Amino acid sequence: MAVKSLAELEAIKNKVMNEVNLRTEREDGTRIVVGMATCGIAAGARPVMAAFVEEVAKRQLNNVIVQQTGCIGICRLEPIVEVYAPGKEKVTYVKMTPDKAARIVAEHIVNGQVVNEFTIGASEK
Amino acid sequence: MELVRSHVLVCGGTGCTSSGSQKLIEEFNKQIAAKDLEREVKVVQTGCFGLCALGPIVVVYPEGVYYSMVKVEDVEEIVSEHLLKGRIVKRLVFQEEEAASGAQSLGEVDFYKKQHRVALRNCGVINPENIEEYIAFDGYKALAKVLTQMTPEEVIDTISASGLRGRGGAGFPTGRKWQFARASKGDVKYVCCNADEGDPGAFMDRSVLEGDPHSVLEAMAIAGYAIGSNQGFIYIRAEYPIAVKRLEIAITQAKEYGLLGKDIFGTGFDFDIELRLGAGAFVCGEETALMTSIEGKRGEPRPRPPFPAVKGLWGKPSILNNVETYANIAQIINNGAEWFASIGTEKSKGTKVFALGGKIKNTGLVEIPMGTTLREIVEDIGGGCPDGKKFKAAQTGGPSGGCIPASLIDTPIDYDSLISIGSMMGSGGLIVMDEDNCMVDIAKFFLEFTVDESCGKCTPCRVGTKRLYEILDKITKGNGTLEDLDRMEALCYSIKNGALCGLGQTAPNPVLSTLRYFRDEYVAHVVDKKCPAGVCRELANYRINPDKCKGCSLCAKKCPVGAISGELKSPFVIDTTKCIKCGVCASTCKFGAVEK
Repeated sequence: MAVKSLAELEAIKNKVMNEVNLRTEREDGTRIVVGMATCGIAAGARPVMAAFVEEVAKRQLNNVIVQQTGCIGICRLEPIVEVYAPGKEKVTYVKMTPDKAARIVAEHIVNGQVVNEFTIGASEK
Repeated sequence: MELVRSHVLVCGGTGCTSSGSQKLIEEFNKQIAAKDLEREVKVVQTGCFGLCALGPIVVVYPEGVYYSMVKVEDVEEIVSEHLLKGRIVKRLVFQEEEAASGAQSLGEVDFYKKQHRVALRNCGVINPENIEEYIAFDGYKALAKVLTQMTPEEVIDTISASGLRGRGGAGFPTGRKWQFARASKGDVKYVCCNADEGDPGAFMDRSVLEGDPHSVLEAMAIAGYAIGSNQGFIYIRAEYPIAVKRLEIAITQAKEYGLLGKDIFGTGFDFDIELRLGAGAFVCGEETALMTSIEGKRGEPRPRPPFPAVKGLWGKPSILNNVETYANIAQIINNGAEWFASIGTEKSKGTKVFALGGKIKNTGLVEIPMGTTLREIVEDIGGGCPDGKKFKAAQTGGPSGGCIPASLIDTPIDYDSLISIGSMMGSGGLIVMDEDNCMVDIAKFFLEFTVDESCGKCTPCRVGTKRLYEILDKITKGNGTLEDLDRMEALCYSIKNGALCGLGQTAPNPVLSTLRYFRDEYVAHVVDKKCPAGVCRELANYRINPDKCKGCSLCAKKCPVGAISGELKSPFVIDTTKCIKCGVCASTCKFGAVEK
């Protein structure tokens, strides 16, 4: 397959960019942090994390990274996910599922609307 | 859609490969498969990260956690703790001793803080065996821009305006070199790349080729367009098997993608690149000898003019640039000449890669903006001399360069200030010496190298370096005279003025610069018959200090010739007529009683 124009070169770049983008160091950008200690994994954090990675990749959100962290301390509410957006307060979502993850990416990450019903505040009312 | 959320980058440069990074890659793949993380985590082999002393290096993204000296046994822990649970394995994270600040990302540690990576931008970031990763980091964009939007003259003007000078040693302006070759009439012209990195202790070019081979291919194609050439040759030494392999892969992939070969980007421009492996003769790094060797003849230099830009490879107009020079080209085209010219000093623009070696803590590869002082390189980036020893001098430019004494440690590193203090930029080897190094011995070491590597074509170099070596040898054995020092200096200038090529013209530099800055050490060898650093064996005179000797008899037991005698619990003595100066007694004594 021969690259015959700048546009074709750009196409390859964009295709691979998604993937190698992980390796650039950045200060801004949103971080989605999934609690992946034993408690989190037991409560089903793995599929939640996979769902986040898949949604982020699908939407080509180059400025968003998905990370894991250890035990956050409220194991009964696992799987727990925290979203750190630059300049905004941290949002903590609890009792996560893959379906909830898809909604959070669509509403919160893309459109900036916190999904209040999944947050720790709503759960503990 | 791949679900990769984390990348494990393992250094595949020569340094880390020799400390076992290939086994790490296998183990990572095995452990990741065992934990069922194959779809989420990807292991990538990259080029050199620069901190070769602490290899193998493993970097995990997106966190950018920098693990050093990773062993195969550590892999399981990294996979199960970090990759699965997100808990960083703190004991393996690279930390600078003093700081121990818990810096976990690359940009935060002192070693990288003062660096500015232009030529090495992709080293340790991309997989050098995958052209698509290079393209993702704007690879071949400069070539596309040049072919579709710029005239050859505009390309040359951009390179000239950037102020880029050759990174191979002499620092000739690259734009002007291309200009000459473009102006030469000829139906066939050649673009050559000098990857014959021969200085002892230098490995900048190897690291670029291993970590980012496409950057050199792209730049050579740009050079081809600029001067009107369709054929490139990379002359690389056969001792660099990993670099050769990656270049071969890169050339094959570039051809598959139509980025080399016929009708590149549909513009009708053809460009092809072939490799030529050198057998490791130092003189083949000299441009005329290199071209003679590509032609298949014995690698010997010839007088210039005619310069290669007029009559080069097979008598055709040719250019020859160094690997690191090429590694800057695409960036200059993409970011503009002004961007490049904004880095560095007035007459030396951009950055320079140095291979740090010798008596320094962070042995490895660093890239700094021109004008950074030697002190910043040695103390801040390099971490100083190990074991708290005192910095004595640094040698730049390898056997062609000179030494910079501690008194000049605040000299900014650029082409002109190095020349003014009797050294030269060279290709970028930077060898650090501490108080235990004898400067006469260092000069002798480099001369021994040039005597070996002189091709023998011209008399000043063939005979001159040999005689120079003999005088140095005489001095280190304590048989020198003060007249020898003057004779040596005169001989240095005769060689410099009379030799045919760069090898001979620069060979006396280590002698001249050590004579200039460390004449007192030469005098100590000649007059006092002493080697102040205690390196020259023939000058060592071992004696036992009776005040320190406890009379334990250990030295006497270890002495291979029975030269030490005495009674237990009273001071021992060395019989200097029997002593063979092997130094075993000094290293055996627990009380430091044996003195040189």
